[in-house]
Amino acid sequence: MFNSIPQKSDPFPGSAPVPEEKLKKFRRGVKGELPPRPQYKLRDVVIRSEAASDLAQKQNARYDLMLPEDAGFLEGDEDEDTCTISQDDIVDAVDITAGAKYFNLTLSQFGPYRLDYSKTGRHLLLGGRRGHVTCLDWQSKQLMCEMNVMETVNDVKWLHSEALFAVAQKKWLYIYDNKGIELHCIRKFNDVLRMQFLPYHFLLATASATGFLQYLDVSVGKEVVAICTKAGRLDVMAHNPHNAIIHLGHSNGTVTLWTPNQREPLVKMLCHQGGVRSVAVDKTGTYMVTSGMDKKLKVYDIRAYRPLQSYFLPAGASCLSLSQRGLLSAATGDIVQVYRDVWGIPVTKPYMAHRAKGSVWGVHFCPFEDVLGVGHGEGFTSMVVPGAGEPNFDGLDANPYRSAKQRQEWEVKALLEKIQPELIGLDPSQLSQVDHSTWEQRHEDRVQVLGFDPLAKEKFTPRLKTKGRSSSGKVEKRKKQVAHEDQRDVIRQTVEDRMKIDKERKEKEKKKAAAAGQKSALDRFRK
Amino acid sequence: MSPNMPAVEHALLRQRTTDLTPIRHLHCTCVSSEFLVKMAKSKAARKSGETMKITSSCETVVQGMDDEDNEELQRALADDIISASEDEGGSDDERKHCKLLEAISSLGGKKRKKLTERSEASIQVSEFTVNAEGEGDKINLSDLIGTLDKTPSALIKTKKQLKNLQHNQSTLETPLTRKETEKIQREVAFEKTSKEVSRWQSVVLQNQKAEQLVFPLNQEPSGPKRIEHVVAGWKAQTPLEQEIFSLLRMNKQPLHDPVLTPTEEASLRAMSLEEAKIRRAELQKTRVLQSYYEAKAKRGKKIKSKKYHRVQKKVMRKEYLKQFDEMVKTDPAAALEELKKMELSRMKERMSLKHQNSGKWAKSKAIMAKYDDGARKAMQKQLEVNKDLTQKLVIPADEDEEDEEESAETLPDFVNDVEPILDQVNPWMRGKLSTEPMMEESNRLDPPVWPREVGKPGEGQDEQEEDEEQMEETEEESLLRGFEERRKLRQTEDVKVAPMPMEENDDGKKAEILEISDYDEEAVEISDDDEEAGLSNFTSLFHGLVNHMEPPADQPKAGPGLRQGESPALLEEGLVRVRTLEDVELLSQDISTSDTALLTTQILGTEETDTQSATQQADKKRKKMIDPNEVLTKEAKVIEMPLAPTAVEDVEDKEEQRVIIKEAFAGDDVVSDFLKDKRKQEEAGRPKVIDLTLPGWGEWGGLGLQPSRSKRKRFRVKVAPPPPRQDQKLPNIIIAEKRDSSIAAHQVCQLPFPFEKPIQFERTIRSPVGRTWNTQNAVQKITAPKVVTQLGAIIEPIAREDLIKDNRQAVTGPSINLESDQGPQKKRRSQQKKQHKRKKN
Repeated sequence: MFNSIPQKSDPFPGSAPVPEEKLKKFRRGVKGELPPRPQYKLRDVVIRSEAASDLAQKQNARYDLMLPEDAGFLEGDEDEDTCTISQDDIVDAVDITAGAKYFNLTLSQFGPYRLDYSKTGRHLLLGGRRGHVTCLDWQSKQLMCEMNVMETVNDVKWLHSEALFAVAQKKWLYIYDNKGIELHCIRKFNDVLRMQFLPYHFLLATASATGFLQYLDVSVGKEVVAICTKAGRLDVMAHNPHNAIIHLGHSNGTVTLWTPNQREPLVKMLCHQGGVRSVAVDKTGTYMVTSGMDKKLKVYDIRAYRPLQSYFLPAGASCLSLSQRGLLSAATGDIVQVYRDVWGIPVTKPYMAHRAKGSVWGVHFCPFEDVLGVGHGEGFTSMVVPGAGEPNFDGLDANPYRSAKQRQEWEVKALLEKIQPELIGLDPSQLSQVDHSTWEQRHEDRVQVLGFDPLAKEKFTPRLKTKGRSSSGKVEKRKKQVAHEDQRDVIRQTVEDRMKIDKERKEKEKKKAAAAGQKSALDRFRK
Repeated sequence: MSPNMPAVEHALLRQRTTDLTPIRHLHCTCVSSEFLVKMAKSKAARKSGETMKITSSCETVVQGMDDEDNEELQRALADDIISASEDEGGSDDERKHCKLLEAISSLGGKKRKKLTERSEASIQVSEFTVNAEGEGDKINLSDLIGTLDKTPSALIKTKKQLKNLQHNQSTLETPLTRKETEKIQREVAFEKTSKEVSRWQSVVLQNQKAEQLVFPLNQEPSGPKRIEHVVAGWKAQTPLEQEIFSLLRMNKQPLHDPVLTPTEEASLRAMSLEEAKIRRAELQKTRVLQSYYEAKAKRGKKIKSKKYHRVQKKVMRKEYLKQFDEMVKTDPAAALEELKKMELSRMKERMSLKHQNSGKWAKSKAIMAKYDDGARKAMQKQLEVNKDLTQKLVIPADEDEEDEEESAETLPDFVNDVEPILDQVNPWMRGKLSTEPMMEESNRLDPPVWPREVGKPGEGQDEQEEDEEQMEETEEESLLRGFEERRKLRQTEDVKVAPMPMEENDDGKKAEILEISDYDEEAVEISDDDEEAGLSNFTSLFHGLVNHMEPPADQPKAGPGLRQGESPALLEEGLVRVRTLEDVELLSQDISTSDTALLTTQILGTEETDTQSATQQADKKRKKMIDPNEVLTKEAKVIEMPLAPTAVEDVEDKEEQRVIIKEAFAGDDVVSDFLKDKRKQEEAGRPKVIDLTLPGWGEWGGLGLQPSRSKRKRFRVKVAPPPPRQDQKLPNIIIAEKRDSSIAAHQVCQLPFPFEKPIQFERTIRSPVGRTWNTQNAVQKITAPKVVTQLGAIIEPIAREDLIKDNRQAVTGPSINLESDQGPQKKRRSQQKKQHKRKKN
């Protein structure tokens, strides 16, 4: 360079390093070996794609949420159980806005109530058994609409935004807008007992008393599929947010997993001795919590279908709900209990407990808020549960503070990015895999046409040598020389690596020993 | 070659082929050759009419000449001509000069027919555009010859060659046929063009490989440049700058960062005289010593006496040992290194075929060994060497503890690992490996009751924790232990002849099952092979069932509830299982009616296994017990509730609870239903055995006659078993095996070009591309278009100049900067080696 003035060298050359855990968080799949050099075109493509994914990973890690909000939990004094802390105590302790999140709605006339929070957590939908349906912005306590459908209400559910909601009434399924205007009465969906909405697929899944599991595409208003489960009345339902699979609980103690693409359950799990009363699946799609008539609460790892924990609740849990951060709320009679980390170390006591005024009919954690909504016979209670909600929201996905304009924008984008129902499956990453069976079939055909397998590894044929050097023994010997070359390489490599690690360890120990060998002045007092 | 050379040649060639060029022209072009010829006073030169010959000779001469000679000659020629014509002076002079220049320049071949300006009408202008203007004043030969004196050396060579030519009086060959000449021409043309075209090869390849092509080419990248690029690419442009830099360069002043001039640096680098002298002396000494040593070694090597060498080796060995001993005392680390070296040599020896008497030499010796004592000895020696080398190092036991520790360290970890792996073949060895559990076993055996089964909650907690730790280490051991205990217990039972009521119950059940299973016999027979495989699958289930069935509430729990069907691992399960058993017991009273075939086979199997050796049992059990089949037997933790629900009555006694549950699930047989369902699914998934027997074919047929057993066996086509079910090891799960084909429509089923295997392709699409998952910057880079063109700009083809320039920059334009990483070098090298090896073979 031309600057003759000597400069200080940069003490931190290059870009700032990205922490390893963050990199790990954004890792997609694993790198493999590069193809051999002769296949240079393929090699180039692979190298390039690898570089691209590296770059993407690194940048994602670098620009991940900065300064994230921390989430804390309620902590009692030394001899105090957190479950004994009442809501009033909490309200007294917290600031006024947080305290306002604990409130009761006394609606004793049309109870018991089921409830649903919208995806952003701003709006609350309540549906009383005796026909009372209301939706409100619960934080500002603004009533959006209130009506009585003059029919039994089995379940209520928000659709993709707070502009529409579905109500499962005595006979049919109805869809209303947030002014309470009836938009649709869907006659194809009768006797619906429970509903789940799959937000990225725009599918409303309903479970009916006649044993039908139906999917309604709310973006086009068409029924996608109606599956006869042949399992009787379906009144226990949950969906896996990770892979959009519907979990149904049955009276014979089984939980079945469904997609709209198959007429039979993907998986059938025997979970309880008696009927299943409630099912909940956590946000990451790893754990499933079930409660049954046998008064047990079980936690399963649904990736491996293995039971993790089993609890005995003296009164049994009628409703379950999992929060974004993994708190479990279980309603037993008129008591709502909240548990922390049920899949980790076995829990012996609830994290929080609250007695509702009537028997609990529905519990639901509010997204992005430390709030648990409880619908019961005497109305609705909004409980404060510290540490329940995810403190860091993704503004592009679900923004609690979005304006009407933003909501419209989001709606358009979400519709454009709608996932087709065919893509629902146990493994969401299946789409990024080659259709193996078809590929194999094609490959077989190709082999048949060509008369040989182009992908088969070339078999080593030793060269013909004269003067007795191609005797069968020699040939075998030569074959042996090249046999298992690749394995040999691997073995050699591993042995080398091991030696290296060993050496390093030894050096470290030596260093440590040397460091320990140094005597300090205080050593003389040691015995 | 100088540019003149081919030009002259070319001109001459042209003359030969056309033969129409006038003499004058020839005179000009061949002037050199002509006078040379004259100088040599050759005969050929005198016969000036035979132009053909002259030209040919001329050509050869010119070809024969060196470049320098040629140049020199021409220069001399020009000088001479000018000097000669100077005498005449005036405009004439100038014109002549011009002409000569023209003539000479025409040698270049570029402008061969320059029409002379016809300024006035003249008869002297011929129709062949040959100007006859300077006809009168010819250049005298003497003028030209004068220069020869100045450069005699250049001519001597040519003279010689000419002389040679004179002697060589061969006639010219007949010209080639048209076909052949065309062929040659084509070949030449092809070579030329291919050479021309191949110059583009690299560019083409590069463009093919490029991530992005930007057109039009040679665009200055817009936007701000990096300071480094600006500084590095800066050049002196204005005359002032250039002048300054040239000055600096002339004085060898540093232009860039180092502030010292080269001379300064050199002076800095130089040593003082004394130092240099010392260094030189050192070097000399070492060199001398080395040469002495070499000479000595050479001498020693030449000595043929075997005895001498033997003695020498012995001495060396002793010395080495001494050194090693010393080293052990002074520098243990180095000694360890030595030891390791020895170990390595041992390893190598063990790996290689050296000294194994398998080489060519050894074989020849082996033939001779019968007769030749020496050969035999040599072979034996080889083997001894091998033995020596492969002998394991024994570390002296009298060393200090510290040394021992270190020696233990020297062995790499995996060496230690090997042993347990070896032992795994023999389960008994594993059992004996640790003594601690055995101790525990004896403790446990003392009381007649298995403490775990008793289920005292107080001690159970602690013990359980302890055991869980142990379980991890010695699961297998515990299995074995359990078997042994069971055997012992059984023996004691036999002695006492006090059958447990429980066992009776079991037997009764068995009988019942056997009755029912009669009609299932056929099925069992058909699929007995399959059953075997499936058996292991179901045994675990069965265990679960048995457990459900077994302990009635009134039975003393403390009794040794060890039964044949139950496995030790289940027994060790823990105290909490008791409750679940109680629960289940109420539910599954008539469970045995279902799933009978399975149960019978299972029971039979267990009875058989009893007679078999314990080891086999252990192995089998281990295989079966991999799965923790706590379908519904997982222990449930009671959760304390701070608030009792008002709606539900308070926590009752367990008795009451049981009653309530019993009422609630009366007639419900959840587990067996589920198992039945699962079994049905499995059956459906299993391929059917095709029976192709034709009754009456080759034997008597008719009513009530069955084809013979052997025939039935022969004509039964067995289908290959399907891959194991996903839920094989999960007793409480049914996973549908049906493939979901709906997603297949969206999946890739045909790989794009460079990919050959699905896994390669899958790797390249593993990370998402969209902006939902990536930063804006990354998305832009990942989805950058392959070709970028500027709107409205004319895209011109690559010019040759671009090619000559640094083509990477110029042709492909700016590349997308993805931080790429290099593949592992080692692997590449090894692969090359492999290929090399293959070739060699």
